[in-house]
This record gives sequence, C-alpha cells and structure tokens, in this order.
Amino acid sequence: MLRLPSFQVANPRSVSEAVALLAEHGDKAMLLAGGTDLVPNMKHELFTPDIVVSLGQIEELRGVRTEDDGTLVIGATTTIDAVAHDATVRAHAPALSQATSLIAGPQLRRMGTLGGNVMLDTRCQWYNQTHFWRSALGYCLKKDGTVCHVIAGAQKCVAAASNDSAPVLMTLGASIVFQGPAGRREIPIDDLWHSDGIWNKKAAKDELLTEVRIPPQAPGHRGAYGKLRDRNSIDFPLLGLAVRLDLGADGTVEDADVCAVALAARPTRIKRMAELLSGTKPGQVSFDDAVERCAAQAYRQCRPLPNVPGDHEYRREMVPVYLRRTLRAAADGTGPVHCI
Amino acid sequence: MAARDVHGPGPPWKQGFRVIGKALRKEDGIAKATGRAIYADDILLPGMLHAKILRSPHAHARIVSIDTQRAEALEGVHAVITGVDMPIKYGVIPWTPDENALAVDKVRFIGDEVAAVAALDEDTANEALKRIAVEYEPLYAFLDPREALERPEPQIHAEIRAKKVEGNISKHVQLDFGDVDAAMAEADVVVEGDYFFHGTTHTPIEPHCAVAQHSADGVLTLWSSTQITHYVQRALAQVLELPESRIRVIQPCLGGAFGGKSDPFALEFVVAKLAMITGRPVKCLWTREEVFYAHRGRHPMNMRYKTGAKKNGRLTGVDAKILIDGGAYSSFGLVTTYYAGQLLTGPYDFPSYRFDSTRVFTNKPPCGPKRGHGSVQPRFAFEVQLDQVAERLGLDPIEIRRINFQGEETKTVNDLRITSNGFLECLDLVEEASGWRERHGKLPRGRGLGVAGSMYISGTNYPVYPNDMPQAGIQLKLDRSGLVTVFTGGNDIGQGSNSVVRSIVAEELGLDPHDVRVVAADTDLCPVDLGAYSSRVTFMVGNATIDACRKVRALIVDAVAEEWQVDPQRVYMGLGEVSDLEDLGKRMTTREAFHLAETKHDTLGATGSYNTPKLGGGYRGGTIGASPAYSFTAHVVEASVSEETGRITVENCWIAHDCGRALNPMLVAGQIEGSAYMGIAEALLEHHELNRFGLHAGPSLLDYRIPTATDTPELHALIVESLDPEGPYGAKEAGEGPLHPSVPAISNAVHDAVGIRLTHLPFTPGSVLSALRAARKPGARSTPSPTSTDMAAAAARVASEKA
Repeated sequence: MLRLPSFQVANPRSVSEAVALLAEHGDKAMLLAGGTDLVPNMKHELFTPDIVVSLGQIEELRGVRTEDDGTLVIGATTTIDAVAHDATVRAHAPALSQATSLIAGPQLRRMGTLGGNVMLDTRCQWYNQTHFWRSALGYCLKKDGTVCHVIAGAQKCVAAASNDSAPVLMTLGASIVFQGPAGRREIPIDDLWHSDGIWNKKAAKDELLTEVRIPPQAPGHRGAYGKLRDRNSIDFPLLGLAVRLDLGADGTVEDADVCAVALAARPTRIKRMAELLSGTKPGQVSFDDAVERCAAQAYRQCRPLPNVPGDHEYRREMVPVYLRRTLRAAADGTGPVHCI
Repeated sequence: MAARDVHGPGPPWKQGFRVIGKALRKEDGIAKATGRAIYADDILLPGMLHAKILRSPHAHARIVSIDTQRAEALEGVHAVITGVDMPIKYGVIPWTPDENALAVDKVRFIGDEVAAVAALDEDTANEALKRIAVEYEPLYAFLDPREALERPEPQIHAEIRAKKVEGNISKHVQLDFGDVDAAMAEADVVVEGDYFFHGTTHTPIEPHCAVAQHSADGVLTLWSSTQITHYVQRALAQVLELPESRIRVIQPCLGGAFGGKSDPFALEFVVAKLAMITGRPVKCLWTREEVFYAHRGRHPMNMRYKTGAKKNGRLTGVDAKILIDGGAYSSFGLVTTYYAGQLLTGPYDFPSYRFDSTRVFTNKPPCGPKRGHGSVQPRFAFEVQLDQVAERLGLDPIEIRRINFQGEETKTVNDLRITSNGFLECLDLVEEASGWRERHGKLPRGRGLGVAGSMYISGTNYPVYPNDMPQAGIQLKLDRSGLVTVFTGGNDIGQGSNSVVRSIVAEELGLDPHDVRVVAADTDLCPVDLGAYSSRVTFMVGNATIDACRKVRALIVDAVAEEWQVDPQRVYMGLGEVSDLEDLGKRMTTREAFHLAETKHDTLGATGSYNTPKLGGGYRGGTIGASPAYSFTAHVVEASVSEETGRITVENCWIAHDCGRALNPMLVAGQIEGSAYMGIAEALLEHHELNRFGLHAGPSLLDYRIPTATDTPELHALIVESLDPEGPYGAKEAGEGPLHPSVPAISNAVHDAVGIRLTHLPFTPGSVLSALRAARKPGARSTPSPTSTDMAAAAARVASEKA
C-alpha cells in the first residue's frame, strides 16, 4: 500500500479557529473535509502539508437550509451523498441533485463533501500518479517540473477541472462564501475560476470555503446534468455538462445556460445558449432546431485536451451528443444523462 | 501408480454420489466473508522488518554504479541489497532463465527492480530508497514489437542460458500440419484479415506480498501470495544457493491470482535474502502500482489469419501469423508462443493448419500467463474470422460451428488427443437460452446476438521441469476422532481447489465434509503439486485424492467386513456412517470404523498421486498444449450498440461450458461467471497501456478500469457434463475455458447489431464510431479503417513481409 507522508492533524471546533490555524501555518497547512481528494493526492506526494486542518468537528459548516428569500444554503462540509438525497435540493436545483449523485461511487459520496468537490484539485494523466511514476517521467509543469506533456511547449498548465458540481453551480448563478483572515467574502462562483491548471481558483490558501448559496430559481426552472465516463460508477468525468432552462408559463424558453467541465483547466460556459434557445418551445420544431444549433456551437467551442485519460477526440465528439441529450432531459424534467 | 488407471467417471458405489455434484459453500467462504481469513499481509512476526524495492525509472539502461552508503547509514535501516547479492538468474521456465531478483548491469523496463532495503518500518525503508544513488546510462528503448523484430540492436537480452539470443526475438515457432496452401486453393471461400489483441493484466484484489523468516538452525520459511509454491521453493534454492530441504514455502489465503502469481517474483527473493542477512523476519507488500509493473499479463498479439472453407461450410485450412509483444523478460513466453498456435485446433476439425508465431522482447513490463494463457487472443481472431466465413457463405454462425465440430474421442490436426467433447451440447444450450433462432439477424438495428466457441486444457502433460514423477500428490491422515486430514500441495487461489479436495475425500470415505480438514500448499507438510496453473488442479489433484482415498477405504472396508463377517462388497460408507447394504441393522459410525481399521491395520493413512498418460505429437513442441482432457465452451452474447455514442452494452451473456462433471456446481458456476466477466472487461474496458515514455499509462485501479458491479451484465452460466473418461468422476477444467469466447462473441454480436466487424481490441466507443463511419462510406466493406491501434497491425504486416 502507498504510505501517507507524516503530518499533524488539527481538529478546530469553529470556523474562526480553523481560519486562525490556516493563518498560523500558512503554506504548510491544508484543509481536509472528506479527504477523498486530499488523501490520495498526499499518497502521491502531490501535497505534503505539515499540518492538516480537519473540518469534521465544525458543526456550523454542515447542513442544507433555505433562507426566507428562497436562497438555498449548503454548508461546505455537507456530504455529497446528503446533497444528492436532499429533497429541497432535488426540488429547487435538480441538476445539482443529479450531478452529485454521479460523483465517484457510494462510499466516496458518503465521505466527500460539496465544498471539497468545488475546491477539487485539477486532474491530469501526467499529474495524478505516484511520486515514482512522476520521477520516471521527469515531472510536469503542474508539479515539480517545467514541461507540459499535454501540449508541447505549453506555458500554462492545462490539467482539467474535474468537479461535477462546478458547472451546475455556475448555471444556477450560485455564489460561494469564504472566510479568511480579512473576514467574510462572497463571490459569484463564476468568478472563482481562472485558466491555470496548477491552481484554477481565485482563492487564497488561507481562506476557508464555508457555504454555497444558490439563489431562488425562476418558477419554470428546469435543470439536468450529463456526464460522460467509461463506467457507471467511481470515475471522474471525461466530460460534464450542466443545463439550466427557464421556461415561461406557456412553456417557452425564457433563459438558458450551459456550462461544461473536464475539458480544460476551468469549467466553462458554452456561449450563446440563451440567445439560441430563448423563444423556442420544447416539443416544437423551433426547440429542436435550437438544440441542433446549440450542439454545433458547443462542438465549435469545446476542444478537449489529452489531459485526463482517454481519447480526447472522442470526448469532443461527445460534446454535441451529450449537449443535445442533456438539453432535452432538462426540458422533459428528466436526467441525468449518463453512460448512454 | 496413476489414479487414472483405476476409476471411471461414475460413482463406484451404486447408491450414487452423496457429496459430489452438490452445491456446497467453499470451505473458507465464511472466513473470507467475515475477515478472519489470514492473507500474507496479515502475518506479523516478532521483530519483523519491512522491505521496499527501488525500481528503474528508465525503460532500458545500463547500470553504471549504485551507491547504497547513505541508505545504509539511515537509522532504522538493517540491510540494503542490490543485484550483486543474488546474481544467479532464474525463470519459471528452466530453458529461459533471464531474470535477476534485482537487476544486474541492466534494467529493461520502467519498474524493473534495482535494490532493496529492510528497515524497521515501511516509511524508513521508503526514505532509505530515496538515498540510494544509481547512475544509469540510458539505452534505446523498444516500445513497438515491430521495431523489436526488425532491429537487432541494442539487444534487450544478449544471451539466455549461455545461448545467444537472435536480435530481440524471444521465441519463434513455426509448425505445419497438412498442406495449407493446397487447402486454400481448393477452398470456395478464403477470408483473410488482421486482428489485434491489446494487453491486459490480472488485477487480483490482493497485491503480492511475501514474508520470510530464517531460523537459527538455517531453515528459510517463506509465506507468499503465490500460486506455485513448489516452483518458488525450487527457484529460491537455485538463487540463494540453499538446499531445497532447507526451504519451506507456504501459501496463505490468497486474494486472487489469475496467472499473475505464477512466476517467482523479486519480492520473494528479496525478503528471503534480507531475512538471511538480518536474522529477522522480513515482509514486503507491493503497492498496486508495483503489481502493474510485475504484470505477467496477457500478451498483446498482432495476428493475421487466413481461413479457407468449402461452400458447405467445411473448413479446409487455417493459416496464422502472429507477432507477440513479450515485454522485458521471458516468463512463460516460450509456452505462450506455442499455445498461441497449438490450442486453436478444437472444437472444430481443421483438415490443415499452419502457424508461425514470434515473441519479441520489448522494454515493457513482462507479459506472461493470464487466465486462458496464450489462447484467448488467437481464439478472438479466429472466432471473428469464422463468422466472416459464415457471412460469406450465407450460413448461420452457430450452424457453421456445428458443421465443423471435430467430435469426441478423436485427434486434432496437430495430434492433440480429444477425449470427451460436449461442444455440440454447449451450442444447443446457448442457442436455446438466447432465443437465437427467433432473434439472430432479426433484432432491431442496434441490438444483436453473437456466438463463439472455444476449447481449453485441463492441465498439461509435462511439468515445467522435465521429470517422470507424479504431477500431483496427496497424503491422508485418519484420526481416531473421526477427522480426516488431507495434505495437498495444490494452491487454492480462490478457485476453491481445497473445497474440491474436501468434497472428494468426504465422498470417498463417506464423511460429512466438515470432518475433512485440508492442509494445502505448504512444502514442508504437503506432497508436491506443481501449482495452480493451466487449469490442472481439479483434474490432477482430484485424481490423486481419489487414488489415496481408495487405498485407505479398502483398509476400512476390510476391517469392518471382518468385524461383521460379511463380504466387503456389502460394506457401504456414506455421510458419517458405515452400513451393511444387505442388513440395515448392521451399522456403525465412520469413527468407529476408523478404530476398527486402526486396530487391524495400524496407524491409518495413505498417499495418492496422478500423472498424465503420454500425450502429444511426435514433433518438436508436440507435447506443449497436450492435455489429458479438454474443456469446451460456447457463448452467445446479446449486445446493444449506440450509433450515436459508440458505446457497446452487453445485455446478456449465456455461457455453456463442458466441465466434464460439475463436482460442485456452485463453484463451477462461479468460475464460469468470473471468466465471462473478465473476458467482457478485456473487450470493453481494460487496457494495459504504455505511454510514449514507456510508462504504464495508469497503474492504479482508478485508471485501469475494470467493470464495477453496475457495469456487469447478466451472466447466465449453463453447465454441460460430458463425463470425461479420465477426469476425477469425469471432471475437467472450468476456470479458464469460459473466458475465451466472450471477446469474439461481443465482436460478432456487434456485427449482428450494426454491421461492423470489430477486429482490433479494445472495443472503445471511439473505435466503434470510426468503424461505423468507415462502413457508411460508399463502397465500404464492414472492416474498420485503420485507427490508432493499427500501429500494431502494421507491425504484423511488416512481420509477415519480412518472413
């Protein structure tokens, strides 16, 4: 079995205590929620923190609640399984329910947390390997090396954002709340990302993600998630597509949004979806035509790289297929679209 | 001597079987399910040290120097060893000893073992590895078998056993049976094509682990997760220069092997040597990544096949040319090269046959025997080609297989002796169960049925080192308590061989199976058995067990008959009792009978053994592939294919397998299902892939994808019993044969579903889509256009042009 490097564990009881620990230990500290990403990465010596700040004892970080204005607030350490099974989430954000139900496998969903998934490290076939393997390779741009093996001569790491929750939260217009040395900071999740696979988040390492806030959705809200992977369980996405459709009282699309993950370093919005779909009506030719145009747009825009394992050309071929299916699933109130 | 001479397939007593044929739990099932079974890594000994192995980061390099001083200086490190400490080469096949426990002079793949450390704990050992400085001079690395065939320099192995290696050729076999060229000329249809089987590995859940202890009086004990205790004992003796009598090898409970634990491995020598140096017990547990480097998995093969047939479907001849990517060492490769040709000659009659197979060395983890050793790849190519022949002739795919059935009690074109053969019944069962007649060719587009057949050996007729001693031995000890202890060298690797032995003893001596204890795979305690490979254990150990039981049974019956003053023919032993068949008032417990027998005959025990009859063709290599009995299998796979995503879903797999007799139908069904699962996994998901640097593309269970429970199709195991004249109660193998047809049956089902021929593995969704695109092109044939895997096919073409 691979050994974990040695480290200390701190068990703060409150958010402020946790933030103080991060401030005290700086780069030497890392946060641990469910550990399903951090622990294997530590075994691979991708991270070697001296101190691991465990969030397991902090009650205030856990749970789902609805505020008076209808905002859905999910504590960062709420398990993925709890989110997937939460009736309020299912009713108000069906795509999130679907996406979380497809993360990893049952055991990992019971350990992993929503905050952990939002903050998931990017993934790459040249990076998520043991230290021996990476040393035989001569390392890579993301960790311990200078060369990118995905794109020759690349200056920027292109490891893939692989978090199924991220594109869904983007389509839902969610915001996320950090607690740091300077206090509370709430930002739209859209603003969290940037295109550097080494660290694809605009968040400082001394900040703690405390909650995810999903604003009330339109009365005719529809959502669905599509996930491409080889197996029915366990695997990270080879492509993830989140869809939001807002239907008016007569069933006409009033707004739409589609975001994708597992293509590049950051989750990305597919452009022109609202423009193409608005005014069309599911069940009518106009919608079907718009779906085709959306699929073509997504195919043009999405160019998966050979970052995660598997055939990247096939992943690209699946972009329009999964987009069509997921749009229709959202319109029909079905989904997820998975292993088709 | 041999048990085969003294019993037939039926029960020797007219009351029928009491234990055999019943679905009984494995004797260790509860212990495994409740976590109480002791695996190698569960062994903790006082003062035990932990070993770790330093591996090569280069695919091919000369070792210039190794400096271990800084590692030795680390506190907690007890010993550091390198190749020079064990310079004697070994290999599971005595003709090709090309491995060192730790590299001497050269490393030949990324992950090759270079040095080892014993320390107080694993972390210290790992830290010590980082302090070992190795200077390498990198050499050109061969990653493509075609290149290894074409280019003789640099040689990966210059000589093996004082014999010069020709370029990078590990083994070349060419055998001709009949006039193939004439057969092709007289055929009404000839189909020729290229097929490619990718590499796959075993993925047992338990990683390899070994623990060694060297006692004060000089006895070396090794507990190891091996499927070949006897060969490991011999290899340790050879490399460590110890008498075999000073070495004891024990196989604890084993968490799967599938052929991946049937070589001697570096960790076994390393812990033994370190235990001898330090005087303390030493354990080494491999990581999952290390298991991928140890490999010995299925060889990638580039195969060109040509099959001729008459209009009536009768085959006239088969011509095969195969390039085998062996990886860095020989392992069982000599046998693989033969098996790739020799094991194709059933269940169909080949009037003529030729094969030319070449195994080359490359700088990759060494390939070896995986479930269905050497014959799964050619079987895939041929069974797909046979469907192509049927298509050209307008014949039903099941019908063409019936037409060419070779029959029972016959000889193959390459002189393999076929005894029992239930293949026709296998075909009948899968045809019926799958609704073939109503559904094949008639399902809506996107869904299809495919058939394939196969045969496999029940052990081979010679041991890997030549000798005329029994291949399997058994020892029985009968206790006054009524308990019978059986000592068998057989390796239970999860297939349930200990349970089979227990059932046979219970049957023969009329006992409740719980009154039989099996002591297995301990070289000090058990008579030699050659190990769990080639599907030999049930057949050979089973026969040896019957042999021993009959001897001791005669003593008991004799004593009881004397006590009752009746003819011994009247004495019946069954389910814990001994009774007089003609006077039901006369009965006693088996325990009482044991007492009578011990009183009359002294301490009770017996040995039994099995050896094969002389088998095989008189030509060079003619004994390789010769088995005392062959199993036969037919599959029908029902697959659906999405033309939008290219995804193949196996909806159903019906597997009819002729195992001779199902000694325990629950175990047989388990083997059938497990085999089909593995075959389907290899076809659709698994890929032991090396990247452009020669690094394993994903040596983990996350990236090397085997199906989860939710990915596993409905598997329907159908048991056929042909009652082999020489098997124990007529039994043959069940653990490997049922894998073979899975892969071609999927390809054939995909053809039925969407009209494309998948000839290159693995059948990824991307390759399905490109085959569909190629088929849509005007004037396209149904064979897919070259894809990324075709580099290997090109290799095969170059190979055939060169020859």
